[in-house]
Amino acid sequence: MSVLSKWSFKVSSFVFGEDFWRGIVAIIVFLLFWELGSRSEALFGFAFPWVGQIPAPSAVLKEIYRLIQEPSFWHSGYLSTRRVLEGFFAAMLVGIPLGLAMAVSRTFYGITFPVFEVLRPIPPLAWVPAAIIFWPTQELSIAFVTFLGAFFTIVINVIGGAKSIDVRYFQAARSMGSSTFDIFRRIILPGVLPSIVVGATVGIGITWAVVVAAEMISGGGSAGSMGGAAGGGLGFFIWNSYVGGSYTQIVAGMISIGIAGYMSSAILRKIGQLLTPWLVEG
Amino acid sequence: MTTQPAYTSSPASVAGVAAPIARKGGVRIKDVVKRYGTQDAGVLAVDHCTFDVPAGEITVVVGPSGCGKTTLLNAIAGFHSLTSGTIYLDNEMLCGPGKLKAEPGPDRIVVFQNGALFPWKTNIENVAFGPIMQGQMTRKEALEKARDKMADAGLRGIENNYPGEISSGVRRRVEIVRALMTDPKILLLDEPYRALDSLTKSVMHEALLEIFYKNRVTIFFITHDLEEAIFLGHRVVIMTTRPCKPKKILDIDIPHPRDYNVLTTKRFREFMDETAAAVHEEATKAFAAGEKER
Repeated sequence: MSVLSKWSFKVSSFVFGEDFWRGIVAIIVFLLFWELGSRSEALFGFAFPWVGQIPAPSAVLKEIYRLIQEPSFWHSGYLSTRRVLEGFFAAMLVGIPLGLAMAVSRTFYGITFPVFEVLRPIPPLAWVPAAIIFWPTQELSIAFVTFLGAFFTIVINVIGGAKSIDVRYFQAARSMGSSTFDIFRRIILPGVLPSIVVGATVGIGITWAVVVAAEMISGGGSAGSMGGAAGGGLGFFIWNSYVGGSYTQIVAGMISIGIAGYMSSAILRKIGQLLTPWLVEG
Repeated sequence: MTTQPAYTSSPASVAGVAAPIARKGGVRIKDVVKRYGTQDAGVLAVDHCTFDVPAGEITVVVGPSGCGKTTLLNAIAGFHSLTSGTIYLDNEMLCGPGKLKAEPGPDRIVVFQNGALFPWKTNIENVAFGPIMQGQMTRKEALEKARDKMADAGLRGIENNYPGEISSGVRRRVEIVRALMTDPKILLLDEPYRALDSLTKSVMHEALLEIFYKNRVTIFFITHDLEEAIFLGHRVVIMTTRPCKPKKILDIDIPHPRDYNVLTTKRFREFMDETAAAVHEEATKAFAAGEKER
């Protein structure tokens, strides 16, 4: 089967599959309940707890429609995305070699692991005040906190992945005449790759969680200079909406973060599948 | 098979063959001791073990699980060190006094119990791995040779699949082809068919014999399946339970080439009868000692 027909087969089996419709129905039912709940005061004379206080999906949708025509909203999204990518790539760039070095060298592991393990449980958000003091610009401090969000996950995954490579692969490679460098390149690297993919997928999710919180706490960095309240990233956008009392805008901001996070993970999963073709079923 | 393999087990008929192939891969295991841990608190895995693995033949080592057979194999392969004793390969010392651990090398290739094909390489890349690593040939040449060898072994059409996409029986055959790519003197097979069902196993046995007749490489085969041992082996070494040493060494005089009809012959039954009691006795001891499957 050609790649294209395989792909279209996948798409069609997805669109017409049971799971797809189950998902659609679930989302519709969810939205319906939400809509009902939000209108509960008008419809039933009393507000449902919790859901009665939040704006209805129809209002949120209208707000999203309005927002996507506003450049400042896109700019917020752009700022957050940029920070996520900066932090994420920095974490990959530092984390993968560090994890590999820790997995390969017992001495290096012995030196670094205790420090690593003391720093690892500190939540990235606890770093925010320190980061603001350490780094010259607010932008850098947000990027740094974002970096921390993905960094520890990636390192731990690389170490775990390298250590779980079956010893038989090393023995077999050694028997067949591989040098130490060959073993690193042809056994350890491909052996660790699936764990790197997992670490990256989980890591970028954490990165989104962290960037939004960091933006809320730090006031969104360049908010002042970027013209308008919505210039400081999606986190700041939500916070600002809260301060301004625009509840539909809060929910719209939340949903856009959800979508952005989902898309990042989906893209990484796809890249991961391409990098590790031997793990794909069939 | 249309051409009769030039190999039979009796030396007389070998002399009749025009160009006798130089036998290589004879291993002599002499007074080998392996103790894990310390002198007092350690476990004695192999205890003054001495026997020969004749060149160009199949030697099968039978013993209860965890008895220390794999320890011997690891010592020959160079994965583990000895405590004392000597192992020779073609009269050269592999490991022994002054050098307790052999260097792993392409002249002694292991086919592992659960298989060790690299899952991230396609089957043909796996088969071509050794020659590429040793710089014997270019990548292209190695892949070509791999394709030929796989075709020879009846493994056409799966070259570009990953090992995860083929059955475990076929995986094991690919791994044996990979092992042969570097022209080893001896193949070390560590219960390679353990996880297979008995029908697949019988197919595997005949395939292994066919490969053996074609390549005439020395084979050191570990198993706990007595029937498998007698069917495949020129020589069967029955081990005691831990610490392991030979309890009984039999030369199986059923002529090669063998096929599955051998299993129903009287001579085969006689060998089974002769050894079953010995194996059972050791298995009972191992069970009583609570040896764990490894």
